[in-house]
Amino acid sequence: MNIHEYQAKEIMNQFGVVNPKGEVATTPEQAEAIARSLGTNSLVVKSQIHAGGRGKGTFTNGFKGGVHLCKTASQARDITAQMLGQTLVTHQTGPEGRLVRKVLVSESVDIARELYFAIVMDRTLSAPVIIASTEGGMDIETVAAQSPEKIIREPIHPTLGIQPWQTRKLAKKLGFGSSDMRGACRMFASLYKLFMANDCSMVEINPLVQTKGGEVLALDAKFNFDENALFRHPEIQTMRDVEEEDPREVEAAKYNLNYIGLTGNIACMVNGAGLAMATMDIIKHYGGEPANFLDVGGGATESQVTEAFKILVADPNVKAILVNIFGGIMKCDIIAQGVINAYRTLERKEQRLVPLVVRLEGTNVEQGKELLKNSGLPLLAADDLADAARKVVNAVK
Amino acid sequence: MAILIGNNTRLLVQGITGKAGSFHAKGCMEYGTNVVAGVTPARGGELFEDKVPVFDTVGEAVATTGANASMIFVPPEFAADSIMEAIDANIPLIVCITEGIPVADMMRVKAAMVGSKSRLIGPNCPGIITPGQCKIGIMPGYIHKPGGVGVVSRSGTLTYEAVWQLTQRGVGQSTCVGIGGDPINGTSHTDVVRLFNEDPGTEAIILIGEIGGTGEEEAAAWIKSHCDKPVAAFIAGSSAPEGRRMGHAGAIVSGGKGTAQAKVEALRDAGIEIAETPADMGDAVLRARSRKR
Repeated sequence: MNIHEYQAKEIMNQFGVVNPKGEVATTPEQAEAIARSLGTNSLVVKSQIHAGGRGKGTFTNGFKGGVHLCKTASQARDITAQMLGQTLVTHQTGPEGRLVRKVLVSESVDIARELYFAIVMDRTLSAPVIIASTEGGMDIETVAAQSPEKIIREPIHPTLGIQPWQTRKLAKKLGFGSSDMRGACRMFASLYKLFMANDCSMVEINPLVQTKGGEVLALDAKFNFDENALFRHPEIQTMRDVEEEDPREVEAAKYNLNYIGLTGNIACMVNGAGLAMATMDIIKHYGGEPANFLDVGGGATESQVTEAFKILVADPNVKAILVNIFGGIMKCDIIAQGVINAYRTLERKEQRLVPLVVRLEGTNVEQGKELLKNSGLPLLAADDLADAARKVVNAVK
Repeated sequence: MAILIGNNTRLLVQGITGKAGSFHAKGCMEYGTNVVAGVTPARGGELFEDKVPVFDTVGEAVATTGANASMIFVPPEFAADSIMEAIDANIPLIVCITEGIPVADMMRVKAAMVGSKSRLIGPNCPGIITPGQCKIGIMPGYIHKPGGVGVVSRSGTLTYEAVWQLTQRGVGQSTCVGIGGDPINGTSHTDVVRLFNEDPGTEAIILIGEIGGTGEEEAAAWIKSHCDKPVAAFIAGSSAPEGRRMGHAGAIVSGGKGTAQAKVEALRDAGIEIAETPADMGDAVLRARSRKR
């Protein structure tokens, strides 16, 4: 789950992570009021969308840049007016871009140095690791590829947590002097506390800056949260902005379906994440393009199967559907009945119907195949996985 | 012969009175697994299915019944605590089926395992089965057949697919181990391959992996220098986009790391027979077997 920059600032403020003063605005007037209250003549207005590359982005109305520096409150108001309600296209949004509904108005600081600081959960060590570099403001993967010696890695003990000596070691490696290391140490400790307390899977501060006055600030923050732990963080759940997410995925989540939208034309419905991925792979192997990843889980009900079907056919790109079920806990006859019901429901509503290839295996497979055969539905039964993939790829040709 | 479980396994089920726990405990009993005890706090003294005694704590259950393996069906909020309780009771094999345990909780579990006498399989896994002898988990038993192929996988239904392809070709399995789809788990691909390599009952191995992490690459390196049995492999997720979590929390490609391509290259470099598609897994094992290492 992702959150907006202004929400990240709220969390940082709670944990004492120093960052530029600022607030979120949804109208130009609000932006003006916030700019005035900041009492400075170096201001920045930033579009709030869940995508990077905002500064170099362009709005579809021709306005250039999703991030603008300005000096007065009335300039902040005018810039905000040009951004709100407009679609911003960056290298991460795709050509369709993202609608800007909010902007962040904050003070802009005099930067002396830009650093990189992140905490990630390392699966090999089974512990958090701090990754830092003096090369801030750049893509860390680029730094790792071009100058690996500039990447600092500091593993944190899984139960002891970060120790004060580790923050001092990091401060020195990042080039802080005796007189200004205290602020840096405090910042590192606070970020670690934030990371653990919120069950983050990643906290990335890029850049972490030192101002000309010697202050250490988190200028931009990206947080990722462990979805498995969201149940114990209701306050973070409320930060979810469904407007920023794929509407198909939002709909699927309502029915506890694990769906990820892709750009191809062959929809698939599979039980189990590994088999769902493998089904996408084999579609591609035979020359097709998957329209989605969909794992209906180990114990899907008839109604979940029906809802899954509706989501698949609602995608206008979809030209055929492949159902691939290996029944374990899930019984093939239940799946077959779900498919039949969904098809009938869609028929009644005169919705668009597309060719359907069904491959069933496992528990109660004979009953399932019998149900499908007797249903009279215009579907193609497949004997095995390869047969299913070939049939569905042929169906869209 | 087989690895980890067999006719001598005495199984304890943590969370035996819950919906999933009771359903699958029955499934294991029907397969022939010797289920000797159940644990549900505050339900001690009950009998499950009129024969299996239920205890309040794992310690009491082990002391009374001599259980030497545990299967965990406790909900994700409490599962890490249950694993640690089993570690404290010195249970040699702990199989955690639960899906959705917070990563930070698993980090603490891993710390608790250091220096312990226990091996953890999972979490978020289908379990482990030695066909014809013992099943600990949620897999459909009848698709398996006793034999000589060791199966290790991060996925559930994809493993069933591989097992079924083998069984249909008349090829049986020594033991099938689902290590789970989470980023932090108890047992790695390498750990299981190592056990199969030492097991006289295993003649060939199939390793099923997926995008994310470096577990498959590590297994490839170990196999290259140590394994003297034929190995086949399949990696799922070659069509997955970067930065998206594909169902399993562990299945995510980020920063160009953990791609299917990198894994396949490492495996191929170790002399492992690659299944080009998931429909080719059974045949890949046959090809590996006919090729001498």
